[in-house]
Amino acid sequence: MPKRDDIKKIMVVGSGPIVIGQAAEFDYSGSQACKALREEGYQVVLVNSNPATIQTDSEIADIIYLEPLEPEIVAKIIAREKPDGFIGTMGGQTGLNLTAQLADMGVFEEHGVEVLGTGVETIKRAEDRELFAELMKEIHEPIPESCAVNSVDEAIEAAERIGYPVIIRPAYTLGGTGGGVAHSEEELRSIAQRGLSASMVGQVLIEKSLLGWYEYEYEVMRDSADNCITVCNMENIDPMGIHTGESIVVAPAQTLSDEDHQRLRSAALKIIRALRIEGGCNIQFAVNPETWEYYVIEVNPRVSRSSALASKATGYPIAKIAAKIAVGLTLDEIPNDVTKETPASFEPALDYVVVKIPRWPFDKFPEADKRIGTQMKSTGEVMAIGRSFEEALQKAIRSLDIKRYGICCDGREYETKREVIEEELRNPTDRRIFYIYDALRIGMSVQEINRLTRISPFFIEKLRNILEVERSLAGRSIEEVSQEELTRAKRLGFSDAQLARMLGCEELEVRKARRAPVYKMVDTCAAEFEAKTPYYYSAYDAVDEVKTSERRKVLVIGGGPIRIAQGIEFDYCCVHAVVALREAGIEAILVNNNPETVSTDYDTSDRLYFEPITLEDVLNIIEKERPYGVIVQFGGQTPLNLAVPLAKLGVKLLGTRSEDIDRAEDRELFTQVLRRLGIPQAPYGTATSVEEAKQIARRIGYPVLVRPSYVLGGRAMEIVYDEAQLERYMRLAIEVSEAHPVLVDKFLEDAIEVDVDAVSDGEDVFIGGIMEHIEQAGVHSGDSACVLPPQSLPRDVLGRIKEYTVRIAQELNVVGLLNIQYAVKDGKVYVLEANPRASRTVPYVSKAIGVPLAKLATKVMLGEKLRDLGYVGERKIRHVAVKEAVFPFLKLPGVDPVLGPEMKSTGEVMGIDYDFGKAYYKAQLAAGNRLPTGGRIFISVARRDREAILPVAGKLHELGFELLATDGTKACLESAGIPAKLVRKVSEPRPNILDVMLRREVDLIINTPTAGKVPFTDGFYIRRHAVDLGIPYITTAAAARAACMAIESVLKGEISIRSVSEYHRGHVHELRLEDFSGR
Amino acid sequence: MKATLVLEDGTVVEGRGFGAEAEVYGEVVFCTSMTGYQEALTDPSYAGQILLLTYPLVGNYGINSEDYESSRIQVEGFVVREACDKPSHRSAEATVHEFLKREGIPGISEVDTRALTRKIRSYGVMKGALRTSREAIDAQSLLERCRSSPDISELDLVSRVTCERVQHFPGRGPRIAILDLGMKLSIRDSFLRRGCEVYVLPARTPAKEILALEPQGVVVSPGPGDPKAVPYAIETVKKLMGEVPLFGICLGHQLLALASGGETYKLKFGHRGANQPVKDLSTGRVYITSQNHGYAVDAGSLPEDEFRVDKLNLNDSTVEGMRHRSLRIMSVQYHPEANPGPKDSEYLFDEFLEMVGAPSPPL
Repeated sequence: MPKRDDIKKIMVVGSGPIVIGQAAEFDYSGSQACKALREEGYQVVLVNSNPATIQTDSEIADIIYLEPLEPEIVAKIIAREKPDGFIGTMGGQTGLNLTAQLADMGVFEEHGVEVLGTGVETIKRAEDRELFAELMKEIHEPIPESCAVNSVDEAIEAAERIGYPVIIRPAYTLGGTGGGVAHSEEELRSIAQRGLSASMVGQVLIEKSLLGWYEYEYEVMRDSADNCITVCNMENIDPMGIHTGESIVVAPAQTLSDEDHQRLRSAALKIIRALRIEGGCNIQFAVNPETWEYYVIEVNPRVSRSSALASKATGYPIAKIAAKIAVGLTLDEIPNDVTKETPASFEPALDYVVVKIPRWPFDKFPEADKRIGTQMKSTGEVMAIGRSFEEALQKAIRSLDIKRYGICCDGREYETKREVIEEELRNPTDRRIFYIYDALRIGMSVQEINRLTRISPFFIEKLRNILEVERSLAGRSIEEVSQEELTRAKRLGFSDAQLARMLGCEELEVRKARRAPVYKMVDTCAAEFEAKTPYYYSAYDAVDEVKTSERRKVLVIGGGPIRIAQGIEFDYCCVHAVVALREAGIEAILVNNNPETVSTDYDTSDRLYFEPITLEDVLNIIEKERPYGVIVQFGGQTPLNLAVPLAKLGVKLLGTRSEDIDRAEDRELFTQVLRRLGIPQAPYGTATSVEEAKQIARRIGYPVLVRPSYVLGGRAMEIVYDEAQLERYMRLAIEVSEAHPVLVDKFLEDAIEVDVDAVSDGEDVFIGGIMEHIEQAGVHSGDSACVLPPQSLPRDVLGRIKEYTVRIAQELNVVGLLNIQYAVKDGKVYVLEANPRASRTVPYVSKAIGVPLAKLATKVMLGEKLRDLGYVGERKIRHVAVKEAVFPFLKLPGVDPVLGPEMKSTGEVMGIDYDFGKAYYKAQLAAGNRLPTGGRIFISVARRDREAILPVAGKLHELGFELLATDGTKACLESAGIPAKLVRKVSEPRPNILDVMLRREVDLIINTPTAGKVPFTDGFYIRRHAVDLGIPYITTAAAARAACMAIESVLKGEISIRSVSEYHRGHVHELRLEDFSGR
Repeated sequence: MKATLVLEDGTVVEGRGFGAEAEVYGEVVFCTSMTGYQEALTDPSYAGQILLLTYPLVGNYGINSEDYESSRIQVEGFVVREACDKPSHRSAEATVHEFLKREGIPGISEVDTRALTRKIRSYGVMKGALRTSREAIDAQSLLERCRSSPDISELDLVSRVTCERVQHFPGRGPRIAILDLGMKLSIRDSFLRRGCEVYVLPARTPAKEILALEPQGVVVSPGPGDPKAVPYAIETVKKLMGEVPLFGICLGHQLLALASGGETYKLKFGHRGANQPVKDLSTGRVYITSQNHGYAVDAGSLPEDEFRVDKLNLNDSTVEGMRHRSLRIMSVQYHPEANPGPKDSEYLFDEFLEMVGAPSPPL
């Protein structure tokens, strides 16, 4: 069927901020969809609240709304734009929910909008448990039974019907406690009893247990003519019981015979047909390894993280094809981009193995439970491609950027205690794969490991192959190892670093001794057809396939997996660098290993290398390609760590020189820079012992901010208020990084923090934005909300900030991006740090001011001058853009949702409007914190915040809110003449505040933590409850003040709904070329 | 064990030997199917060929007692990147190495199979020789022997793989005769599963004898080699046309074309895999099919008043299926019996049974 010509304008919605379980894959999918639709001549309206996305770039969609993905807001946009079609399946669960809500509200009907591709009925049938169960029954596909019960007797009855073993899940508990697996009635009795009492609502879910069953996924596509294909199947190495997002996954499935595979494939096609999906769909199966009985576990009627992985694993662009299907094209009418000659109606054939490993945030949440299970906790993932499983696995491990160079022989300490290993195998954490290796090392058998982990012996045997190489090489010298042995080791994925350690030599010696890898192409067809797509991975094989060119080329090093402090923002910057390079006629080569992102889409760069980002792997590419220069400053800390080693080996880095980067990053050197410039800095000292730290603290005065040197994202950073606290911290911090000293800074209490993003060409400076933080200093800049332009800073302070920025940029010879953090206290401006690289606020600033900073920086790094490009000075805007951080607390039970110097957020949103209050309101809404405009607000603040909270409380009372407070706060409010209703504390008898929350008799919680990290206070339970119940909450006085302004503003005037270009319209000519570079 | 694979163009590849110690010659072909190696190894259509699998990990789920498409390994030799010696599957009984060794077939592993595939893709299928040995292998002399070995089109491979005598499988449904030119067991089983009574007949069974069995339909099976190398089968098909409903599969499809005066030709490197898209021109539907053939029917050569091409390959527009305009004859170039490969085209067996006038009860 040809594409539809009765529709012209299509709205696509994104997935909003990056959260655990919903990351960059939806930017990739959405961007691909937008491009595909525009390619077919449709006008695309894109709505997303996440500024750090490529899809919200003006090159990707025609009309862009950076607005909250809330039904009432999107409904307004629909009323305004009147699109003909709507696609919600590119926006993850957010997009699906939005589609269903808008349909229920009658918005589509009212405005004559057609939901394209997978329709509302299908979404409901796949998402609604009962409807789905019914449909599966109709087509004879088995699904595991489950049943909600309210008593032990009911539980037993249900279990008998379902069949043991069963899983018991309490319906609502603090921290998911009280569940378990029962194999008999006796076990069920005790677990159900425990579960029922742990449940706040006295209910448990009884489910058929499939723990330990093998888990497979199928990525399936269907078009309107009912043609179906499977793009890829994947096997979860970690069997059932561990969320597929938490599993190590291999593609294609390794342990299925053709008969097995066809059975699941046929079932998958049957399901997608029964659901009448038009587009892509992900279907998960659980298979009993003994009997081969299977169950359908989950169906996602949309593109997903798995579909992004499948796309990158096969070269088949699922989202793009799904978008084309949505406008009526059939699979046989859509060409396969990779071969150009064959159609999309085929099934990719792989001639390599793909391994995905999740990246967990436990380094940021030491208090979080590190066990992995049915709850997704990982923030991102890496993918590696190899010609053997072992190779792909070891490459994936070193892609994780967790200081591992493979599964063994890289300095990691092996566990040798059998009890510890057995426990780790049985109750897995993020480290299970390493413990399996250690188990083999101490002589545990494959059967035993299989018994404890239920992982297929196939994979355990593969680890044994690696162990065999370790045993055959360790302790020998590089001279006596044959070329054949080296090649064998490389074919099993051993890195030079591992080999060097085993053979007692330097990494570069191994490099000299071994052959270079060859690069093979990912082509969807196992070389059956000639491929046009430049997408490569390394292998230790005979023939290389890369056709390098003689053109001028630049290598951009990507950021690797998404984790806290290194998010999608850096991928965004890398993509912009690539685009700028290509626009400048330079060949752009990109290396990265994150399967979710736009940067690893095969048509982003001229050549894509899907490889780990380590010195060895990057050098291999450099030797192959011989680029004119390498860009390390856009991908965050991972590529930046390679700056010095690469520069030492004579690789030309574009932009700021590595010596200058060092002058900014090294504390001592940076202090010298500031002294020379006469720019103030908070007093600090560097300590190598606890005693020294105490002396420094006494000298500069408490409170102090302590942290190990050289970290990104405020890792292991803490504000301490007295010596006892300092001592406790030092014990922990020194464990964190013993080689590095600890920095002790004077903490500027109640200072306003300011972030500046600028581009410098070494002479002139363009200030992208001066961002005023909402939360006070002490909250990590990545976690603080901030606003552009600054709302409270006086003109002279702003002038000084600009002046300092320019002088620091010039002193450090910055060529490219520069981020400087300042603290303003009592009118004085202090420099906190300067980073001559992309910061995570670059996309936000770029979107707020309408200037793509990363692109601009790339041009400058290629030698262009800001003056010639027309960007000197500062961009002024008339609207207000607020950035708010988004946190993973909901997914991390037991973690206190408070802000501090350690970065905890996974993503961000932007709210944009014509005044601060409304912009802040939108940002909160987009971040999932719906500020109430009436109702009841509970206030309970730490003693030191009482003074600050009074005017806020007064205002809220004036605005008609009823205030609730515990006795201390109540007394304080009443003494200021603000009436409040008493509510009992958590530690007091029920009904107390928790019951009020549970009954949802409160619309907003304002609760600030008491100083220090005291676990399990009343406040902790209140905040945790707010997270778990989804009640809006605020944990700082500053945010409460901003929220109050927001509420007042939306009560007094309507929020505006404008596209990004409408906000920018009229500002373009106001770009002031005022030069204050001081020359 | 050492192993050397040579191609007639002078390519020499050294690797690790597995399976039997032997020297074999054959046409080197590649298959892109990621699963189903046991079915492929035992598929009689691979007779006379050295099979290379593009998927690098082979043997992961071992060899079992069920996935046989004939009673023995049919390939001359086997080329893989990695042969798994520790398979894991509930029904695994042996490794690929053990299987090949038992059957006297040599295999080579640890070679750059992708580079070989690219070579075959660019230059077309070639003669090759594979030698496995504990001793050193002289590649030059192997190459000479490779070059002097016969070309696949000169061989009557069908005679090597067909059954020796008539086999009868009782059933209550319609009586189907299968002319075994290298039949896969799954074809027989597809009819047995539908309740048919099945006769499997040796390739040289004369038409008269076939008709004497009074079958309600005759299947002309797949098989190895050049369809023109089996003139006796072309004759048989000619005589059957018009006498009884016919279903040609793969080689059988090509023989139908030849029997009605059409032409066949050799493809550069054939279609071997489980992912080939075929469009049914009468419905517009696309099917993912399992294929294994090196020759194809020339669409332009078909007598227009007799055959209508009703299915096309979407990758290269080659003929994938035909229907006779007046007689009850249908044929496909691909494998509705799957094994290995998708089962999407199984319905063709039902269509054939409908054609013979005895629709099968729902499975």
